[in-house]
Amino acid sequence: MKNLVILGGGTGGTMVANHLNGEMPKGWTITVVDPSKSHLYQPGLLFLPFGARDEDRMVKPRAKTLQSGIDWVKKSVELVDTDSQEVVLEGDERLHYDLLVLASGSQIRPEETPGLLGDEWRQSIHDFYTLEGAQALRETLATFEGGRLVVDVVEMPIKCPVAPLEFLFLADDFFKKRGIRDRVELVYATPLDGAFTKPVCSNVLSYLLAEKGIRLETEFNAAEVDAEGHVLSSYDERRIPYDLLVSVPTHMGAPFIEASGLGDELAFVPTDHHTLLAEGHNNIFVIGDATNVPASKAGSVAHFQSEIVTENILHTVNGRSLHDGFDGHANCFIETGGGKGLLIDFNYFVEPMPGHYPLPAVGPFTLLGESRRNHWGKLAFRWIYWNALLPARPLPVPNRMSLVGKKSVHVHQDLPIDRAGKSKAA
Amino acid sequence: MSAIAMTEHNVDLNEEGFMTDALQWTREIAEALAAEAGIGPLTEKHWQVIHFCRDDAVEQGTPPGLRRISKLSGVSMKELYQLFPKGPGKLAAKVSGLPKPKGCI
Repeated sequence: MKNLVILGGGTGGTMVANHLNGEMPKGWTITVVDPSKSHLYQPGLLFLPFGARDEDRMVKPRAKTLQSGIDWVKKSVELVDTDSQEVVLEGDERLHYDLLVLASGSQIRPEETPGLLGDEWRQSIHDFYTLEGAQALRETLATFEGGRLVVDVVEMPIKCPVAPLEFLFLADDFFKKRGIRDRVELVYATPLDGAFTKPVCSNVLSYLLAEKGIRLETEFNAAEVDAEGHVLSSYDERRIPYDLLVSVPTHMGAPFIEASGLGDELAFVPTDHHTLLAEGHNNIFVIGDATNVPASKAGSVAHFQSEIVTENILHTVNGRSLHDGFDGHANCFIETGGGKGLLIDFNYFVEPMPGHYPLPAVGPFTLLGESRRNHWGKLAFRWIYWNALLPARPLPVPNRMSLVGKKSVHVHQDLPIDRAGKSKAA
Repeated sequence: MSAIAMTEHNVDLNEEGFMTDALQWTREIAEALAAEAGIGPLTEKHWQVIHFCRDDAVEQGTPPGLRRISKLSGVSMKELYQLFPKGPGKLAAKVSGLPKPKGCI
């Protein structure tokens, strides 16, 4: 028997396992290794802090997400020994692999920033990238009576790079509804030189920040937090006092990636941008947040990658050459508050452009423009996630990006829709 | 970088002042780019960072990000901010004649 072993049963790992189930040649088994009993729908985390109580629709037993025919080993991984082609599990159990898929994702590491973890963690300092964090923040926001709320991205890359901005847009809405918006100051501190990671988005969309009265502090690299004094400071000695700090801590790959010497300085795996093979290995593929490819760490990217990884695994076991098909394709629904949303679509080479998606000129979704339909698209996505994406049913969405139906936008400062102008935090 | 410095060294820059051809880079150009960015004169520590960035970029095919520089160059994050105030990741790449590091998407 030959073994395909998939480390991680999150979005990417589950999709690859289900895609390949029944497709592998005779004599192959598929094993997913993941110690956690449940599968979390991570896009739902964004809404919990603002009062949503969706946990029962966000968490499903892992056993239900993996099709029958797939073995599931409920153990944590200690190490990958690439010489002996073995995964070392907790309790020193060993699992041989012929082909390996690293789908171990990324996780927040608040301990990387002095002062974040401590007595004030989940009191006046919060995260919303974990279920426990988003729930604790929901309690805090429900009774927040005003003051300065600072959202700080410690360093890039992070999961779902637009989530911190979406959080602020939703916060603006939330405090308006509570009738205390005039008593809350919203500040966004980012290590990047603009609010959005893509220059074209910063140009086209920065009006949103002005419109919602969000103050922007750019090129802010958080060095430490004075948790007692409620001050966030940067390496270049800027200080931002806060009443409530919502931190997006440093993200890193799984500890076993680091322990196995498979990762870069953030424990993300150097990965061929197009074939998704781990660099220097011809029997290890990498998918989703675990890779170091310059694409967003987002479920949509893992989805597009899962098709390439699936194809390349089948090519490998059938002795054919690999398909270098991944183009960095990502698309994200961005919540802009007030029941509206917008959609962006981009890849390694092409910046987001206005237009319609997935059908050129028809949509139904508009790209780079706010609409209610985009907002509903984001909400409908949860159903698609559980019922089509994870079970690997075909979706009418191409994995490679299409340029048809999109209008090119040139990145110029004098773009007429750039109504914003940055307002600097004090 | 000013037009004068550009013609003096015959260096191609993009609109953000990053060199478009890393092979044109010389120590002299680094000094000029640093002066233009308000840094300098360049000390031994600066050169330690610059050499690391250039070597690493050749090895990795992409300019190193700030965390990578602080972890592998032997110069701490605090020092990097003293050497290249404001944006050490961006400025170190600029002075080293490399493209702007990808601000991860």
